[in-house]
Amino acid sequence: MTNHIVDLKNTDCALIMGSNAAENHPISMRWLLKARENRGAKIIHVDPRFTRTSARSDIYCPMRSGTDIAFLGGMIKYIIDNELYHKDYVVNYTNAAFLVKEEYGFEDGLFTGYDAEKRKYDVSSWDYQVDEAGLPLKDLSLQDPRCVFQLMKKHYERYDIETVCKITGTPKNKYLEVLKTFCATGAPDKTGTIMYAMGITQHTVGSQNVRSFAMVQLLLGNMGRPGGGVNALRGENNVQGATDMALLFHIIPGYIDSPISNAANKDLLSFIRAQTPGAAKLPFTNLEEFRALVKAGFPNSGFKINTSKWVISLLKAWWGKAATLDNDFGYHYLPKRDGNKNYSHIALFEAMHRGEIDGLFVNGTNPVVGGPNANKEQEALTKLKWMVSVDLWLNETADYWTYQGWERTVKNPDVPTYTPADIQTEVFFLPAAAVYEKEGTAAQTGRWVQFRWKGADPVGESKADLWIYNELGKRIKKLYAGSTKPQDEPIVNLDWNYDDEHGHDDIMKVALELCGYNVADGTPVEGFAKLSDDGSTACGCWVYCGAMTYKDGKIIYKTQNRDNKDNSKTGLGLYSNWAWAWPMNRRIVYNRCSVQPDGMTPWPGDEERQLIRWDPTIPADPKKPEALGSWVGDDVPDFLKPTSPDKPAFTGPFIMRPELKGCLFAPKSAMKDGPFPEHYEPWESPTENIMNKQNLNPATKIWEPDKQGTTDKYPIIGTTYRVVEHWQTGALTRNLPWLAELMPDMMVELSEQLAKEKGIKNGHKVVISTTRGDIEAVACVTKRFKPFIVNGKTVHEIGLLWHYGFKGYATGDPANRLTPHIGDANTMIPEYKAWLCDIRRA
Amino acid sequence: MANLTNLYDVSKCTACRGCQVACKDWNQLPAVIEPFKGNYQTHKDTNGDTFTIVKFMEYEDPVDGVQWNFLKYQCMHCFDPACMKVCPRQAYSKTEWGATFHDPDKCIGCQYCTYACPFEVPKYREREDKITKCTLCVDRVEAGLTPACARTCPTGALTFGPRDELLQVAEERVKFLRVNGFPNATIYGKLELGGLNKLYVLTDTPDKFDLPVNPKVSGNTVFWQDWIQPYFGWLIPLALAGSATSFITTRILANKHGAHGEGGHE
Ligand code: SF4
Ligand code: SF4
Ligand code: SF4
Repeated sequence: MTNHIVDLKNTDCALIMGSNAAENHPISMRWLLKARENRGAKIIHVDPRFTRTSARSDIYCPMRSGTDIAFLGGMIKYIIDNELYHKDYVVNYTNAAFLVKEEYGFEDGLFTGYDAEKRKYDVSSWDYQVDEAGLPLKDLSLQDPRCVFQLMKKHYERYDIETVCKITGTPKNKYLEVLKTFCATGAPDKTGTIMYAMGITQHTVGSQNVRSFAMVQLLLGNMGRPGGGVNALRGENNVQGATDMALLFHIIPGYIDSPISNAANKDLLSFIRAQTPGAAKLPFTNLEEFRALVKAGFPNSGFKINTSKWVISLLKAWWGKAATLDNDFGYHYLPKRDGNKNYSHIALFEAMHRGEIDGLFVNGTNPVVGGPNANKEQEALTKLKWMVSVDLWLNETADYWTYQGWERTVKNPDVPTYTPADIQTEVFFLPAAAVYEKEGTAAQTGRWVQFRWKGADPVGESKADLWIYNELGKRIKKLYAGSTKPQDEPIVNLDWNYDDEHGHDDIMKVALELCGYNVADGTPVEGFAKLSDDGSTACGCWVYCGAMTYKDGKIIYKTQNRDNKDNSKTGLGLYSNWAWAWPMNRRIVYNRCSVQPDGMTPWPGDEERQLIRWDPTIPADPKKPEALGSWVGDDVPDFLKPTSPDKPAFTGPFIMRPELKGCLFAPKSAMKDGPFPEHYEPWESPTENIMNKQNLNPATKIWEPDKQGTTDKYPIIGTTYRVVEHWQTGALTRNLPWLAELMPDMMVELSEQLAKEKGIKNGHKVVISTTRGDIEAVACVTKRFKPFIVNGKTVHEIGLLWHYGFKGYATGDPANRLTPHIGDANTMIPEYKAWLCDIRRA
Repeated sequence: MANLTNLYDVSKCTACRGCQVACKDWNQLPAVIEPFKGNYQTHKDTNGDTFTIVKFMEYEDPVDGVQWNFLKYQCMHCFDPACMKVCPRQAYSKTEWGATFHDPDKCIGCQYCTYACPFEVPKYREREDKITKCTLCVDRVEAGLTPACARTCPTGALTFGPRDELLQVAEERVKFLRVNGFPNATIYGKLELGGLNKLYVLTDTPDKFDLPVNPKVSGNTVFWQDWIQPYFGWLIPLALAGSATSFITTRILANKHGAHGEGGHE
């Protein structure tokens, strides 16, 4: 979330799309309902099906799964056509005025630079026009035909209401009602929030769906302001923390790209050159020269000009004393990935299926239930030599090799089945402690990092993750101890000291490394601005830097703060002394936008929602009283306090972007599939794309072309989702009788019309099939699902819970035995949310 | 002592059923796992091991389209409880703050209260041959805590406090809702049956929430109280011996039961 959960109470209008907030983020509704109660806010829910969220919304608007860009593209057009955008905001805080290269273009659904064979774009034309100094050219009147604003206007010309509704299947009057209601937040004294979740991301155009949100919110001036923002409701309580820690293949902690085995990443200096925006062509041959350039500042860099400090502090944290200037601070120890290879979930399981992977650690995940194309992923597990499952329960993945694991309701020659005798994998199970049985932090959806104290001792032999991985680390190091082989150096030299004096793992030691310490004396670094690239600081994740401080000889870990008084003067609910939010305890990121370009005047009529402002009369640093001028306010400003009006950053709210502006146009390599979001159909779709000539996102990799279902056999759209009663693959909740009681069986929701066509009655057992497999479920025939009229034709959609598996009190077939192995062009997140199937009575 | 009550504001309820689980947790009630029958509401009604349920009701309105109504259902802790009137063993009593308390030690499992209750709340627990129902968390409230269900509610739909204060809150809410898209919004429990120690803010008329619009205590109950109960002391041995009374009273009350119908989802 750019904002945070409590902030929902400050909104004038909420657009909930691709999210079932009431069911999956129940607490978010508490604050949203306050906004309705206290400010008369409107709640809009856009979803293929009427849910518990719709029941609490003012407007429910149906939309066919996989058509979000059409829906939002139409909204962008509506905002522009009716001049509902927040003009001052758009001109000053976005790249609307920037001129784009003449070579850039768009035709027939393709942006310039497409290579059909590789299904990839050469992005070099997706860039700004620049002056001699390399700075982007602008037209602040937004009239130049090559400016972003005009290009955007032209791009979305095709997204008229008629065409959009033909694609989305939304009734026109409902669509208009949504447009009118939400776009009214473009008024300077109004803000609107967008809440989304997996219904937006789990598509072949998932990233561009989110981009569309960003564009709408930038146009309406809703970013960086209370009650606004693009708010990803994260699917697990600590999934934000997992991304911060880089549990992903393409980044290292702190959202820095992981190095690739190519010339541009060959040594530390090249890596820093490649990672620091604006540094590519600068003349420097060593770190010292580079440091001088950074100090003087160079254009098109943004806050990422500091990347070298984050990278070197990270290397210092990992290899300690062994990381020195002479050995590139151990940069060579970092594994380098193959730049042409994908290592995301689908790719891993494809590789495993080909027999390329020997062993697997499975922690807190359950791919036999949760993975896309679960039949295939379960088969892939059989190719492993060993597997370690770390979980609270023997879940479906831990027990994938059992007879039970291969029972299928429908015999299908295309679906492989095994018996335990066929499977050679050695499976180890490590019982894990539950969250209340261990201590540590979790970063929730609003970026608040909250410490949790242990409530009870772990049951039986179960252990905290830290214990498990600390032991593993220590034992691996022991195995390699004394080795003089250069290839063993990364392990031999690894700085692994997380034990207290009694030899027990000490979570505060992990925390200190994460938040950063001064190498000389081990005291915490007080913020990432104080990190350095000379090896004097170590920091495991720069965005967490500043969470620890030293006071009266004691280390204070701010994630343990528990002051539930609201610190904001106008009651905005920042609660800045409750836990700690990254970065720098900033509760609303890009908060520069909450005040006008002059830095001092609030948006007209919106004094109460001003988060920070420039005060020219007071010093930023009490130690330097002569230097007047400082950013002040209830929230932590998004840049250094003395950033004065003469600095370009003064009017650059989006500090992580080199141009410092919100990107209506995503230049260069920001996106793999286009600088503007464009509507493409899901991989399996019931219709042709009527917006352009490409059916599928042209930059998406196709893994299993032979598995693409077509409407002749599979005319119905299938989608998956969760309910409040269960959590993810159900390993936690289906093992609790009280929750099993509430949602006891696998069920599928379908409309009364489809049920009639298929002779299905409420409560009947039904079979749902795709090219990947078949499952059985109980039918929930409901008025809450309605057929869509798509391009003149009636199209049905059904929805399945993906919580079920063969273990626990509440059991059922995993819905993911049906879902395809295809993902988003940027993130490779699987397209769980829109595919083709058929349904019949069992 | 002023009455303490639960206020349930349906306009804020997301049907998360946290209340249902919290109730089971506090009262240590076992799970009753029944197969899914095509409705989120997995139990048609409360039962001996389930003191409260959230009901789910779908409607299609020609103007407003689909409506999905939720209702947390449990004992209403009536001011003048019919259950208490018919109980032959005085197992029921009112606490000074308004809870209708049922004492299992006195209960003989005859189930007359079930039939007398206008909401059919008291339920038979076979394994103990006793009646059970929501206690309004007497044990918690008397220890200075709020009821388990209200404490757990994430949205603020369920609150607990002095009835007169909550009644004011409810009246404000209804006023607000009536001009904000819910012209039929109403309070339930203020006057029904002379007052319930359980207040509801409804976004529509009670029938849309499966609540009796005009709940009435059956004439049989009055008859029972005035005519049969006084002699019940000597009827019990008879009843236990031959179940004759049980036969008669069940017949007397059968009509009322039938009138309630099966209800629920299609
Ligand atoms: S806990 Fe609250 S929101 Fe959830 S079902 Fe119960 S009353 Fe409704
Ligand atoms: S609702 Fe029924 S059980 Fe509860 S107090 Fe009233 S009559 Fe008694
Ligand atoms: S008041 Fe107590 S007993 Fe009654 S429903 Fe709530 S939790 Fe259950």
